[in-house]
Amino acid sequence: MTILSAQDITAGYTAVNILHGVNLRLESGEIASIIGPNGAGKSTLLKTIFGILVPRQGKVILKDEDITGLRPDKVARKGISYVPQVSNVFPSLTIQENLEMGAFIRTDDYSQRLQEVYDLFPVLRGRKKDRSGQLSGGQRQMVAMGRALMVDPDVLLLDEPSAGLAPLLVADIFEKIREINATGVSMIIVEQNAREALKMAHHGFVLAMGRNVLDDKGKALLANEEIGRLYLGG
Amino acid sequence: MAELIVYGLVLGSIISLGAIGLTLVYGIIRFANFAHGDFLSAGAYIALFLVTGLLAWIGVPDNTFGAISIGWRMLIAFPVSMLIVGCVAIVLDRTLYRKLRLKRSGPVIFAMSSLGAAFILRMIIYILWGADSLFYRPGVLRPAILLPLGIKIRPDQILIVLVVCLLISSLHLFLQRTKMGKAMRATADNMELARVSGIDTERIIIWTWGIGGALAAAGGILYGIDVQLQPDMGWKFLIPLFAATILGGIGNMYGALVGGLVIGVVQQVSTAFLLPTYKPAVAFMVMIIILLIRPKGIFGGKKE
Repeated sequence: MTILSAQDITAGYTAVNILHGVNLRLESGEIASIIGPNGAGKSTLLKTIFGILVPRQGKVILKDEDITGLRPDKVARKGISYVPQVSNVFPSLTIQENLEMGAFIRTDDYSQRLQEVYDLFPVLRGRKKDRSGQLSGGQRQMVAMGRALMVDPDVLLLDEPSAGLAPLLVADIFEKIREINATGVSMIIVEQNAREALKMAHHGFVLAMGRNVLDDKGKALLANEEIGRLYLGG
Repeated sequence: MAELIVYGLVLGSIISLGAIGLTLVYGIIRFANFAHGDFLSAGAYIALFLVTGLLAWIGVPDNTFGAISIGWRMLIAFPVSMLIVGCVAIVLDRTLYRKLRLKRSGPVIFAMSSLGAAFILRMIIYILWGADSLFYRPGVLRPAILLPLGIKIRPDQILIVLVVCLLISSLHLFLQRTKMGKAMRATADNMELARVSGIDTERIIIWTWGIGGALAAAGGILYGIDVQLQPDMGWKFLIPLFAATILGGIGNMYGALVGGLVIGVVQQVSTAFLLPTYKPAVAFMVMIIILLIRPKGIFGGKKE
């Protein structure tokens, strides 16, 4: 079952379009990875799905509902969460407060969920009262993902979760992503680290110059020689 | 000297109220509101209208409480005026600043617009109340209390400091403990992430203007109780307000609190060496020195 789809998206920040009729489909429970060179429009696509950017053309359908052009604070209420690549925590707020802000739209008791997030990232539990601005890159990424998970989303959008992290931490973060997916959260991941991103993806989408180049099963893309040569570094 | 420091703390606590509002608004929408000083005047004059006009007319008794110069009328007028100026600030944002935000206007446009708003507010006060100095209770000089070190202080001044402490502690609790307060801090930190988290940032902006306006009104009324009311009082407060805000680090509420106290004390102590008319110049000097040697303020402010 398709849980989210972007259909024929054309969008840009200025008069110049970055995306030219891009399509993307996410099946329920799966991971879809978007790979492609810098400037391909990968992050722009995520922003358009979440309503930060309003597309000039095309539709975003979440669970059979058209959410195209809905304001981000409304989109957040539809069971979908987004972790931006940079500035993805509230630096002057404590870790606990960051997670509380993640649960801002919840009116029920979310203490259970809070514990689950701390269980997923145990290192955060001991630093609850620390300001997230003081954290290392890896821990910041955990806070950012934790914040997004507080609403118990059906769909999680991750923009370059491994960017700027030490190699050891990258493996850690990818492991966490697999764990989160195993709990039933469908995900769209944008990654520079294309090989790793395709390894964990059920489906991969290759973008270049704001257009779809190819999409296939993650494993099939990994095995594709041309993709390997062009986008996976040989 | 000890007495000047105490008077400085009284003045400084009033500056802090204004500076906190200024810094909160800056923290959320990154814009220096030159009309903020005139929110102080507006608050003071609206309270004057209530105390000597409306509340007198509907028959609220005129007696005062103990040694202080305020009574039931001011007790009612104070929060009502805060509420009204909070609404004025919100209306100003909705009708003027929000439109500029949506048009993505540059900082110069914002500066000139807020300067224009400041003139309009001040001129309305001139039209309605004239240019003379006015008092909430004319001709009443309460005896001062003698403290150690030869410090003479009026009961009203003690009351002013207590009211400021009460308002700032309430704001602190609001920002640290309530969901709305935390969302305000989150929005000041990172507005886009706040939206992504489902926070309606336009609502946060409205709250911020309301709180900023209300605190400014309180500052204006307290200054009116301590000294007198003049149509350009808020305008004269503008430089100390900005000096306090910059001193504490723009966007930092606790910095603005300390900055206000420092500026108040420096201004009062300067009167031991300079004519009191140079007080704004002293605040301006402090501001320039801070901008030259530590532009992020003593506690560091928001990153741009």
